Amino acid sequence: MYQYDHYDQAMVDARVAEFRGQVERRLSGELTEDQFKPLRLKNGLYLQLHAYMLRVAIPYGTLSSRQMRLLGDIADKYDRGYGHFTTRQNLQYNWIKLEQTPDILADLATVEMHAIQTSGNCIRNISSDQYAGAAADELVDPRPYAELLRQWSSFHPEFDYLPRKFKFAVIASETDRAAMRLHDIGIQIVANAAGEIGAKFHVGGGMGRTPMIAPVIREFVPALQMISYAEACLRVYNRYGRRDNKYKARIKILIHEIGADEYRRQVEEEFAHILTLGLEPPAAELARIQSFFADPSFEAELPEAIDRSDPDFAVWLDQNTVAHKHPGYTVVTISLKPIGGIPGDASADQMRLMADLARDYSFDELRVTHTQNIVLPHVKKADLYALWQMLEGAGLGSANLDLISDIIACPGLDYCSLANARSIPLAQKISARFADMDRQRDLGELKVKISGCINACGHHHAGHIGILGVDRKGTENYQLSFGGSEAADTSLAQITGPGFSEDGVVDALEKATEVYLAQRSDGERFLDTYRRIGMAPFKEAIYG
Amino acid sequence: MVETLLRYRGDEASAAPAVSFAAFADAGNAAAVRIEPGDDARALLPHLSQLARIDIAFPSFGDGRGYSAARILRENGYTGELRAVGDVLIDQLSHMRRCGFDAFAPDRPISADAAAKAFATWPEVYQKTVDGRTPIWALRHRETDHG
Repeated sequence: MYQYDHYDQAMVDARVAEFRGQVERRLSGELTEDQFKPLRLKNGLYLQLHAYMLRVAIPYGTLSSRQMRLLGDIADKYDRGYGHFTTRQNLQYNWIKLEQTPDILADLATVEMHAIQTSGNCIRNISSDQYAGAAADELVDPRPYAELLRQWSSFHPEFDYLPRKFKFAVIASETDRAAMRLHDIGIQIVANAAGEIGAKFHVGGGMGRTPMIAPVIREFVPALQMISYAEACLRVYNRYGRRDNKYKARIKILIHEIGADEYRRQVEEEFAHILTLGLEPPAAELARIQSFFADPSFEAELPEAIDRSDPDFAVWLDQNTVAHKHPGYTVVTISLKPIGGIPGDASADQMRLMADLARDYSFDELRVTHTQNIVLPHVKKADLYALWQMLEGAGLGSANLDLISDIIACPGLDYCSLANARSIPLAQKISARFADMDRQRDLGELKVKISGCINACGHHHAGHIGILGVDRKGTENYQLSFGGSEAADTSLAQITGPGFSEDGVVDALEKATEVYLAQRSDGERFLDTYRRIGMAPFKEAIYG
Repeated sequence: MVETLLRYRGDEASAAPAVSFAAFADAGNAAAVRIEPGDDARALLPHLSQLARIDIAFPSFGDGRGYSAARILRENGYTGELRAVGDVLIDQLSHMRRCGFDAFAPDRPISADAAAKAFATWPEVYQKTVDGRTPIWALRHRETDHG
């Protein structure tokens, strides 16, 4: 994975020093809260309902075991012994003291980590495919391109006060595991007819209160013009994105209002100008970054056979591993969704254990997924049983990847000052209702996503089953929707009808699964059946 | 010492009053103009040689359109004074300088010492902009060239 040189380290160290000064000025009263707010947000520090929350950037979701271990140590030292992995592949600490944040950032900087631009109206942490570098189906590793974008977007002087936040995702396979088209800019690394590598730009996607799927703005930007093209996309947005209403300020609204063709025309005009400025890093820089993402030293002629005699292990093996590009290896997902648990939470001990397992079994590497799980990307098939036993012993052995209990949930009203409703207790109730593994496996792939407010941090628009918590006359109310997808077949979920109480929405969801079981054809997932038969039979069962 | 104008140019400050963007379009012969966030900086491009000073207004520090306006003017060869005016805070100075501003008239005064410290925030920079600083990617490969 990427390693800082003295330049990268100096930039992060400078940021720690800058923020230490800003915190001192805030504590002394020199800065008002209004003035301090945008500064702390650019360092990932939010004021939540009960305490400060610090969001740590995990660029493109990739972590070394040393980094994961430090994240666990920080959870013990400065928080309450746990952390929360997010849908942006980041980590949040929920119980942080303002005066300690400069020290936390200084600790993070010792392992090449930071909280830069994890909030605020700027370019946020770049997300990517959690199976990058391991997936059997990828064209190239997308992460070097994400790293190039990370450096370009870090402290970008022109784009620090955009109309609104701005999120990139970069993938390099046809299977979209990063909800790419639901980002402000979604890039798919592709090859053109001549075999040259380039970037396909989708611009103007997003969730929030106005969900939109990003249209293609350019089919092919040569790899060595990607930064210039991104610069053009951002400049048009910075100049013409709406600033009169924060709910209409994302780039998706600009593109919706002026149309993709007009936006494209403006970007192309700006791009032609920017190409004359020579601000694109050279091929040697991309090659330098790519060298950090070379394959680890995979062993040849490893055994493929796996002893499946332990039935619990066999279930986990079938559910939580996927094909690796190299023979003898597999990609393992560690579920952070135990029945009745808080989706995405990990204790300090669990983080340190996962760090050790990555060191011992996965070439020192881990990934965070947008579905709030952890991946060990390169595990020998021969090691899987030993690995699984260690996970089981630590409460990390849930065999539920992509099943109904693998729920995405935002922090909700338990933590978040924006939320209208709680998400976590609802996720816990749903997973408890469907705790039976045979039942879960019978239901198959079923992605449930819960947001505690219209901002959609829990991706409810993209859920096969999406749940949105709203406030209805002072009580929490949950709206149910079906048919969303964040994968290559991206679609937005449609609302079923009137909302439910917390228990009522669990009942309604269960009825929907019964409709699916009764109506499905061979091999159909819940999503496929819904798409085939439509909303009516579900509605009848739920409201009838 | 508190300054009301921070200026980083060798020449004398122009005393000419800055006319509004609309008045400039009508009169067309002013030596100084002030543009607001919604004005299109590109409309000034045919007139750059006559302008000694362009004020870019920041009615609110959170409105970042002026950063793009400044870069566009510099990228198109403007060499006169580029002044950030209004809700200009110390934590914005360094980025503004990178976008081509070389004078600052903040509503709330900023001392020259504090400004100097702000400009020294970043040891190096990741992007090539219009301030002449060599980006990190170029430094890396220059070093490689020389072994």
